[in-house]
Amino acid sequence: MKQILPLLKGLRLTFTRVFTKPITYQYPEKKHEVPERWRGIHYFKKNEAGETACVACGLCVKACPNQCITLEIGERFDGKRYPIKYEIDPWRCIYCGFCQDACPVNAINLGKDYEQAHYRKEDFVLDMKRLLAMYEDRK
Amino acid sequence: MAETKYMTINMGPQHPATHGVLRVVLELDGETVVSSIPDIGYLHRGIEKIFENRTYWQGQPLTDRLDYTSGMSNNLAYCLAVEKLLGIEIPKRAQYIRVMLSELQRIAAHLLWISTHALDMGAMTVLFYGFRERESCLKVLETVAGARLMPDYIRFGGLREELPEGFLKEAKAFIDDLPRRIDEYETLLTENVIWKRRLKGVCPLSAEDAIGYGVTGPVLRASGVNYDVRKAYPYSSYEDFDFEIPLGTAGDVYDRYLVRLKEMRQSVRIVDQAIQKLPEGPIKADAPEYVPPEKEEVSKDMAALIRHFKIMADGIKPPKGEAYASIESSKGELGFYIVSDGSEKPYRVRIRPPSFLNLGSVSKMIEGSLVADVVAAIGSIDIVLGEIDK
Repeated sequence: MKQILPLLKGLRLTFTRVFTKPITYQYPEKKHEVPERWRGIHYFKKNEAGETACVACGLCVKACPNQCITLEIGERFDGKRYPIKYEIDPWRCIYCGFCQDACPVNAINLGKDYEQAHYRKEDFVLDMKRLLAMYEDRK
Repeated sequence: MAETKYMTINMGPQHPATHGVLRVVLELDGETVVSSIPDIGYLHRGIEKIFENRTYWQGQPLTDRLDYTSGMSNNLAYCLAVEKLLGIEIPKRAQYIRVMLSELQRIAAHLLWISTHALDMGAMTVLFYGFRERESCLKVLETVAGARLMPDYIRFGGLREELPEGFLKEAKAFIDDLPRRIDEYETLLTENVIWKRRLKGVCPLSAEDAIGYGVTGPVLRASGVNYDVRKAYPYSSYEDFDFEIPLGTAGDVYDRYLVRLKEMRQSVRIVDQAIQKLPEGPIKADAPEYVPPEKEEVSKDMAALIRHFKIMADGIKPPKGEAYASIESSKGELGFYIVSDGSEKPYRVRIRPPSFLNLGSVSKMIEGSLVADVVAAIGSIDIVLGEIDK
């Protein structure tokens, strides 16, 4: 009896679970709710003119631990710098958020999106167009 | 006369009970283990070497990837070592938050351990219960750090940013609920006759052997040795907290299980105290050369902008010297030894991983026991191969 009692107690505990609500959710239909600080796929903030807020200072390139950011710097007629090409290699990126920390104008940010599934390999690459589009999707 | 021959078999590297890619070469006499050699290196990434090619800042994400079940503790150990090198003082508030987070991380790691260990031993229900609580614990950590396993929140000089709103409430709700949940696991396991027969007296390690092999953490304490870095060499204001070090007597697998359960209860106490006593104040150290300014300041103040550029572009340059800092992670004593040559990259980083040294004692533990008990022994020392192979 002394040996059976703990077993019965355990069975009672598991049996009471029958009457509780399941805590799992059906993933693709219901998404995981991520917190405000979630470090997901990057996006570019836009300025008033609808262009990227990036000033091509190159700090994110320096800060990135995996050297996954490619930046080509252009200069406008008024001397302001802008990125001709800005690309994040999604396979090297570890989503540490250092680019976000380094950016002095808060242009590059890590968003709340976390699903990475595409039919083509090229579609993974985060170039300027996609980074800006991610900003639109956010809203 | 027939000749007696020992049989050599491989356990792993693809074995569900070896928790990763560990290979144990067993020499068997029938079903009894005569000798064994743990073979590691399947997950080697050369992390110590990669450290040398990165700035101190950039080295931090690597620490998350050592023991991936307790990222916060790894961050803390690395930051303490770098801070020792820099000689900076961390504000009390940041220290308390660090303690709080690393204790929550310890709870998450122990919950993962109890779930998987029970599964190895054939008790499947605990897996689901344990993961349920671990999920809510990770949710709490997620709101602070923004990621589940790679927090990267504790930075040298303090913390990345202030705690989010409502965090303390969430953490309080979690730790208030946890003791009841631990009682549930105890109901299922502690007195259960099958569980007891499976674990009691299995693969014991005496106190002398444990010390001899350099074992730390719950495995050492289950053998009855009272050594915990949190008490022996308090770091990050652990001396302000009131908690006990649970000890075992027999040093077998059952004692390790009990020690870890009790440790979780102590962690709950520590988190509770940290929430109650959390002082107000800054979360970053007053060291302008090493700690980047706040983001709001950067857009307003020219000096702050220059400082931000300087730190982000050039990295920090600690003075020449060396420093060792160790913490009590969920597995044992985790230490970082950093040598600086005065440049922005460390000259050498040596990691003292607890799992690696604990694994060394496995051969001694399983000598003379059955093959089925090898699973229990490997499970009970709670190894993470990411940390062992580095």
